[in-house]
Amino acid sequence: MNSILTSKWTKAIVFVACLVPLALLVWRGLHDDLSADPVAFITHATGDWTLRFLVITLAITPLRKILHMPQLIRFRRMLGLFAFFYVCLHFTTWIWLDKQFVWSEMWKDVEKRRFITVGFTGFLLLIPLAVTSTAGWIRRLGGKRWRMLHRLIYVTAVLGVIHYYWLVKSDVRKPLFYGLLVAILLAWRIGTWLIGRRGHSGAAAVRREAPVTTETS
Amino acid sequence: MEAYKKLPGLLTSAHAASGSVPVKLNGVTKWPGSTTEPETPIEKVTTYNNYYEFGTDKDDPSKNARNFVTSPWTVSVEGEVAKPRKFSMDEIMKLAPLEERIYRHRCVEAWSIVVPWIGYSFSTIVKLVEPTPKAKYVAFETYYDPRQMPLGGEAGIQLPYVEGLRLDEAMNPLALLCVGMYDETLPNQDGAPVRMVIPWKYGFKSIKSLVKIRFMKDQPQTTWEMYAGGSEYGFYANVNPNVDHPRWSQASERRLGPGSGLFTPKIKTQMFNGYGDQVASLYAGMDLRKNF
Repeated sequence: MNSILTSKWTKAIVFVACLVPLALLVWRGLHDDLSADPVAFITHATGDWTLRFLVITLAITPLRKILHMPQLIRFRRMLGLFAFFYVCLHFTTWIWLDKQFVWSEMWKDVEKRRFITVGFTGFLLLIPLAVTSTAGWIRRLGGKRWRMLHRLIYVTAVLGVIHYYWLVKSDVRKPLFYGLLVAILLAWRIGTWLIGRRGHSGAAAVRREAPVTTETS
Repeated sequence: MEAYKKLPGLLTSAHAASGSVPVKLNGVTKWPGSTTEPETPIEKVTTYNNYYEFGTDKDDPSKNARNFVTSPWTVSVEGEVAKPRKFSMDEIMKLAPLEERIYRHRCVEAWSIVVPWIGYSFSTIVKLVEPTPKAKYVAFETYYDPRQMPLGGEAGIQLPYVEGLRLDEAMNPLALLCVGMYDETLPNQDGAPVRMVIPWKYGFKSIKSLVKIRFMKDQPQTTWEMYAGGSEYGFYANVNPNVDHPRWSQASERRLGPGSGLFTPKIKTQMFNGYGDQVASLYAGMDLRKNF
């Protein structure tokens, strides 16, 4: 298992797999199979995949610990960047296909519509994370500050769920499902932090998190 | 399950009550007021719509309404009327000559279609049942059977679905009692066997699979009004580019027309969906920002 996880081929396969949702959209587009309202279809698909990648990225750390597979960390940055990739597609769909570059209308939406305001904020918060995802930036910021900054992903995930919840008209099952996943992941983080604080000194807790800086390079 | 289709007589009548497969409607005249805008292709109208009893995704109704049993069907008219009665589908098909009316249909979600509906003015029914002087409103109710519509329980709205009009709105000749579209009877997912079409209001006012019509003294509580304390729309729900939905602008719309796609420009939404000449007088003196 370890050798599979550490193989560079695995990383390549995961990379390609992460592009499958986009490939499917393109394929359906070429076959005129994006429903009667293709703009809405693409908006929803890219939004869904953003939330999925956020949840998968956030699940990496708990899975590493629960499954005793520390090597999973190799995929975290890539998965997080794919969340950013799909939110960029989502955002581009909105400004290009939906709003058709009418900036005044877009700005009105960001100001007036709370679901767009929170979605837009969540998107903005991901930008510094994507920019500082390189080993160079981890060095420059230092592990502690870098980790602080990257906790913003929880804020984005929560904002993403609220964005979805406020958008749907009445059937809130899907947004609630994502909300539940994010809540579990957040609770796990807080739980381990509390246990760590009670059981160990602060330094030990930091050490447990330390592999992030060494393994993402 | 589908044994009813084999019953003699059911499929021979003009409206082919099985409902599973639309059949051609004959003797339909062309209504002179039809829009000349390009019709939305029938495939778009039958595969992309809202009918929450059959699921909340746009393609759910076309998948889940296939075996919906629409025969026998009766529409019950009750409440403040001198002559309450039940109409069978056979009767409904014959109350007035059928007309093809090509209307713009604007969904509250800011997309729109152009559909050749078939039916006649709802006022035909009103005149037959003779509302009492107390009748000021009409409530409409969609059929609801959780066994046939198991996803209805998950839609998040209260069912059966209820809609309503003021009596004078219901009497407006544009308010259509609709039994078909695109030369045929209605497909299940679009509200078979009989529905309302109110072209100057958002689509959700055009109630599907109608089973009950109730004339009332007081304004009925409609499904979307009841939902979340009116966070969606009020009773009137007239198409109005100047009053936004709480969460999106209603100033423009995506017309799902022939050949429309990713880069088709949006069009401006018209007041009363372009039917102002016929209906604006109904709302004279009313603040449509409050009565949205």
